[in-house]
Amino acid sequence: MKPGMREPGRLDVSELPTFGFGHRSLMWWGTFGLMLIEGMIFALTIAAYFYLRSHSVTWPMNAAPPELLWGTVNTAVLLASMLPNHLAKQAAEKLDLKKVRIWMVVCLLFSLVFLGIRVLEFTSLNTRWDSQAYGSVVWMLMALHTTHLVTDAYDSAVLTVLMFTGPLEGKRYVDVSENAMYWYFVVLSWLPIYAVIYWAPRF
Amino acid sequence: MKRIAALPVLSLAGAAAMAAPFQNALKPAGIQAERIHDLWLLTVGICSVVFAAVLVALLLALSRAGRSDAATPPDVASLAAPEPRLKRNVLLAVGASIALLLVLIVADFQTDRLLGRMPLSDAVHIEVTAHQWWWEARYNDPEPGKIFTTANELHIPVGRPVIMTLKSSDVIHTFWLPNLHGKKDMIPGRTSLIRLRADQPGTYRGQCAEFCGLEHAMMAFLVTAEPNDRYEAWADAQRREASNVLSARESRGRQVFMERSCVMCHTVQGSGANAVFGPDLTHVASRQTLASGVLPNNRQQMAAWVTQPQKLKPGTNMPATKLSGEELEALLDYLGTLK
Amino acid sequence: MTTITTPTHTGQRDSARQLEQTWRDPPGLYGWFAAINHKTIAVRFMLTTFGFFVAGGVLALIMRLQLARPENTLVGPDFYNQLFTMHGTTMMFLFAVPVMQAVGSYLVPLMLGARSLAFPRMNAFAYWIFLFGGLMLYVAFLLDIGPDAGWFAYVPLSGPDYSPGKRVDFWAQLVTFTELSALLEAVILITTIFKMRAPGMTLNRMPLYVWTMLVTSFMVLFAMPSVMLASTALITDRLVGTHFYNPAEGGDALLWQHLFWFFGHPEVYLIFIPPLGFMSSIIATFSRRPIYGYPAMVLAVIATAFLAFGLWVHHMYATNIPELGKSFFTASSAMIAIPTAIQIFCWIATLWTGKLNFRTPLLFALGFFFILTLGGLTGIILASVALDLQVHDTYFVVAHLHYVLIGGAVFPLFGAFYYWFPKFTGRLLGETLGKWNFWLFFIGFNVSFFPMHLLGLAGMPRRVWTYPAGMGWDQMNLAATVGGMMIGASVLLFIINVLRSRRHGVPAGPNPWGAGTLEWGTDSPPPAGNFVAPPVCGGRYPLWEPDGVPAHVTGLADDRREILVTTLMDAVPDLRPVMPSPNIWPFLSAVAVTILFVGSIFTPWAVVWGAVPIAIGMTLWFWPRSRETRKNAASEVHP
Repeated sequence: MKPGMREPGRLDVSELPTFGFGHRSLMWWGTFGLMLIEGMIFALTIAAYFYLRSHSVTWPMNAAPPELLWGTVNTAVLLASMLPNHLAKQAAEKLDLKKVRIWMVVCLLFSLVFLGIRVLEFTSLNTRWDSQAYGSVVWMLMALHTTHLVTDAYDSAVLTVLMFTGPLEGKRYVDVSENAMYWYFVVLSWLPIYAVIYWAPRF
Repeated sequence: MKRIAALPVLSLAGAAAMAAPFQNALKPAGIQAERIHDLWLLTVGICSVVFAAVLVALLLALSRAGRSDAATPPDVASLAAPEPRLKRNVLLAVGASIALLLVLIVADFQTDRLLGRMPLSDAVHIEVTAHQWWWEARYNDPEPGKIFTTANELHIPVGRPVIMTLKSSDVIHTFWLPNLHGKKDMIPGRTSLIRLRADQPGTYRGQCAEFCGLEHAMMAFLVTAEPNDRYEAWADAQRREASNVLSARESRGRQVFMERSCVMCHTVQGSGANAVFGPDLTHVASRQTLASGVLPNNRQQMAAWVTQPQKLKPGTNMPATKLSGEELEALLDYLGTLK
Repeated sequence: MTTITTPTHTGQRDSARQLEQTWRDPPGLYGWFAAINHKTIAVRFMLTTFGFFVAGGVLALIMRLQLARPENTLVGPDFYNQLFTMHGTTMMFLFAVPVMQAVGSYLVPLMLGARSLAFPRMNAFAYWIFLFGGLMLYVAFLLDIGPDAGWFAYVPLSGPDYSPGKRVDFWAQLVTFTELSALLEAVILITTIFKMRAPGMTLNRMPLYVWTMLVTSFMVLFAMPSVMLASTALITDRLVGTHFYNPAEGGDALLWQHLFWFFGHPEVYLIFIPPLGFMSSIIATFSRRPIYGYPAMVLAVIATAFLAFGLWVHHMYATNIPELGKSFFTASSAMIAIPTAIQIFCWIATLWTGKLNFRTPLLFALGFFFILTLGGLTGIILASVALDLQVHDTYFVVAHLHYVLIGGAVFPLFGAFYYWFPKFTGRLLGETLGKWNFWLFFIGFNVSFFPMHLLGLAGMPRRVWTYPAGMGWDQMNLAATVGGMMIGASVLLFIINVLRSRRHGVPAGPNPWGAGTLEWGTDSPPPAGNFVAPPVCGGRYPLWEPDGVPAHVTGLADDRREILVTTLMDAVPDLRPVMPSPNIWPFLSAVAVTILFVGSIFTPWAVVWGAVPIAIGMTLWFWPRSRETRKNAASEVHP
């Protein structure tokens, strides 16, 4: 709804909405900034991985490549979690509290699963962070992404609880929507990292 | 007022002339440093002209513009209408800047190519390994019997190329001998290369140029460039083992050397001492300096260095050695034989 | 020029009073910790960065006293190495970038016609993080466990084998603190600039200074992660045995240099680009005309930002990376001169066709032309591989970097202080003292740093605690020390000027310079909510438009922190969200984060148990208050 000029010299904005979704909202831009920063960290770490590789005769160094099982299962779980995430986002944008609650709980369940599997991934990397530089950079990639998984899971949990307990107002739905966008980022940024950790040493 | 501040630019020649010539990039004594110096002159020339032009333009602007105060109405005509004269002038200035930059870039690339093309036949091969805070130098040769190791003071022949392989045993150091070439980093885990040639005889001083810890400031080296026959004589002398013909006190001194901490770190060829943690001392008495270019090499300084190195070069890895007066005198005598 | 619509009748006066109540910080001690008004935080931020500037300067003066004579023993190598490490670290991480963000966090909302920054609580949090990081570093230094491996901390020297103890860890963690603060500020500034501009302020009408802050903030997002990664890898190498930089186990010493300089080169542009904005603001006002060539100026800043990411290897010419690679960086390092040249020529064109008012802000801006240009030209010299190989890591580089940073950033910054001090405080800084300040600084600077070019060519390397007699370096070093003292004296004059003018300065009024941008369209200092009636923007220099500000925004509530959000490209009014109220949680969360960061210097488990108070703090920070929510929900309008 656009404001009108009721009097000359005055621009009346009193009928504007008090919240909005997507890039209309300030929170979207905050989340976008965070995604740029973290994307850059991932990109640089991956660059460091290939840099160290280019200076090494053998790769991995004195280690077998990470086991494919848990990493691949978790990738599937993460990708699957995008569905309830998307549904939560859609529900939020329709201001449908009931559906928001349901889908956020489902997301939370997914996060418990992928966090659990992430622990199993760590045990099957076939190298330690202090074995050699290869191990160090693999563990760094995993640790960075895991930090994101943990903080995103926590954020989402807090938001889910809030959607049940209140107090609620319009902009909480925007928070749910932005949280979902960030979840997309955490899942999608995993894909290149997965490729680098699990598949790059095999080629 | 700005012109007064520009005076230092003019004293460039004067101040540089005041500086000692033996560790000086503006006093090239070899072909590589010569080429860099040529590029330097061209670049400084062009940059000075550009600097002067910008200042002149600014001063003209300041003198021609009218004066105002806070109440003077602003001139906003330019918000509506373009300013073609200004546009033309700015574009000309930008064009000139780009052209001059291209000249410099081409000159840079040309110099880089020349530096890579120094003729290498009949080269002397030296492998220099940097340590915290001294320089180890191994003169390589296809005949193993002719290989020898020294420290901190090198000799090279005038007119012959010298190929130095550079390594580090601990942290990053940098080999810099400004009279003969630009610098090169010595990075642990990597081997780098520097190729230079002295075209004028003399003794040149170099210094480590990468912060390498506590005594980075006291890690210098000397390179003496001399005619080839003198160089070969020096190299032959370096290849010789330490003499076994010693007076009583000199023998006593050698005994002190072997029984105290000296033997734990230093090599003296032919004596049985062959540790490699510190500089090779087989010919230490032939060196001009001690402690990596820091102290003049005389009996008094040697005594001080042996007994109180921390006072002279705080943080050095050389331990203080407690010796009685008799032991010290004998040791000094022995070290004096290591020519 | 425009005149301000001051509240003339009861309705407007009541509105102004209500607005003040709504936007001001809570009172008392609690209020001091819970404050989130962007101007309050910005002033603290500016004062803190200035404090670090003075500390860094004192460190430099001690170094200069040591180097005034050859073979001097005022300080020994151990302390000297800490001195130059602390000087560089302070100036680069605790002064140069943060001060630019601090000034921006004050000015940007005002220039945009906005009531606030975006994410005001995060803004406060970013300040506290910055402060705690700086305090940690100085406490370590004063306890004689301060870092001593240089501000650039090259490995392996800074690694576990050659730097035992915790000294370097304090440095590495200081990086974490300051980078976190800077990254958050950047996100805040980008959001504010994109979404909170006055209606009618299309991107094409944004002040040039705001463009520089936008571009700088994007650069921060791409550059800072690199040093964060580098320093984190250094911490893990030192703390838990990783091998990123250990060549014996497949690591590489140059990995550090690549990561560090990929950040480090853009870093100097983070420092340099906002002052380009100061220059444009000051030159326009004191030439009484708009800056010539607005589109070229904007494109030049954007080009500089992009190119800045393609130069970093020029810090590594002396390493053994392939020569062909180095040549690429020669070309890019030379080319970045062009956008800066464009800016310089446009400013000269503006001055030439303007009517000049030679007040102190303009003098500092003019100082830029001499000092920065000289520094930029020595930069062209350093861009050449061959020339760099002679002067790299010598006093020539010390000269170059101070010419570009002091000429390119500090001089415009001082000009900015003289320019905007009246807006911050309501009083002008003294003109006479200002001129003395300027000339002492200008002359002292050149006396100190010009000889260093010659010292480098004459063979003097950097980071040496002493030098032998007989090298011919004595006189130049002495001159450098004398010049340093002059700089110190000039800064002292500045401090005296500030202290005197706070009380006795000429009262400024809203627009003492007759400037054209929106911050001058409100009181000095501005009310808590910045504008009683937020302006609509009619042009690039709104206050210089023939009819002044064409309209004001009405319909925003006075009794809650309601702001106007506009669209990105054309600043069409779009939303009317409510900003959060002050609370103590940003402060407490910053304390919790500090505990985690400092703890993790000593044990990796700090990351685990330290996360708990942070989680609590941030949850309580975020958790909505019932009363506020009810109020908002009652006046909600759905999209």
